[in-house]
Amino acid sequence: MPESEAENDHGLVLRSQRGEAHAFGLLVQRHMQRAYFTALALTGSPEDARDLSQEAFVRAYRAIAKFDAAAGAFFTWYYRILRNLCLNLRRDRSRRARPFAEIGESVMEQVAAATEEDPAVLAERNELQDALWRALASLKPAACEVIVLKDFQGMSYKEIAEALHCPVGTVMSRLFEARRRLRELMENYL
Amino acid sequence: MMHLPESERERFQLLLMAAVDGELDAQTRPQFEHFVQNYPECQAEWLKYAKLKEVTQAMQFKNPPPEVWENYWRSVYNRLERGFGWILLSLGAVILLTYGGYQAIVALLADTEVELVMKIAILAVIAGAALLLVSVLREKLFTARTDKYQKEIER
Repeated sequence: MPESEAENDHGLVLRSQRGEAHAFGLLVQRHMQRAYFTALALTGSPEDARDLSQEAFVRAYRAIAKFDAAAGAFFTWYYRILRNLCLNLRRDRSRRARPFAEIGESVMEQVAAATEEDPAVLAERNELQDALWRALASLKPAACEVIVLKDFQGMSYKEIAEALHCPVGTVMSRLFEARRRLRELMENYL
Repeated sequence: MMHLPESERERFQLLLMAAVDGELDAQTRPQFEHFVQNYPECQAEWLKYAKLKEVTQAMQFKNPPPEVWENYWRSVYNRLERGFGWILLSLGAVILLTYGGYQAIVALLADTEVELVMKIAILAVIAGAALLLVSVLREKLFTARTDKYQKEIER
């Protein structure tokens, strides 16, 4: 394994803090997919996801000197920057009052079609995915966010708590409420 | 049939989430099992949430074209570079404008051929423009300080 791949985030952060743009580049390459897909889940638009995830990396680089690498993981710190950009975008969008159908469509276009061979199973699965995305798009941002972090990003409760600056118990209650709402919206499909 | 006491509901909901997410530990697992074995409604809830988790976990995003990943860091780097470029450009522009403005005012005041009324008018225009600029900048700075998300971005 090349040295750059073996080096952990902590080492790369320290090198970035010394002004090594190359080290930060390695951090970006390591986390870019996760960052993009998180932004995509929160915004529903691939263009916005690419733009905001890159902008968040730019802001992270500018603020990297303030980041205490010993206190937490790079991605959870980065995620706080990214989420604020995504929340700002959602807030601006809600002010512009886009029709719901438009939001739903743009989100659904980003869901990968299931690859099951049986057409009946395939159709059912795609319908389920569409329903899930419609439901997720209609959740409040905070509810959507915990589901994205837990189920799509696979973050632990501790990591989510760190990213959202709240106790683990709060993460669990938010997840319960978010899933309860999601289940209500998905009632006909589950 | 036993019903889950209201006082236990919140505790069960938290344990349910931990069970669904595979985050039960040796201490909490028996507590969760107690709920599921003794209360049918808890068992029903467990099955429903487990099914939902299955559905959300099976969800996959469409991958963007490979060139998105190939050019990703380059795009970030370009933005960083442009950012520094803008800072230098702005700094230089502020210095040049300030110096140029100062020299122009001095020359204007020293020029005996320009009428007093014109001097006053030109100075008023310059002062008004400067006031407007300061006001806009102050408002921008104030907004940045009070923006509820700014703190997170700065952190």
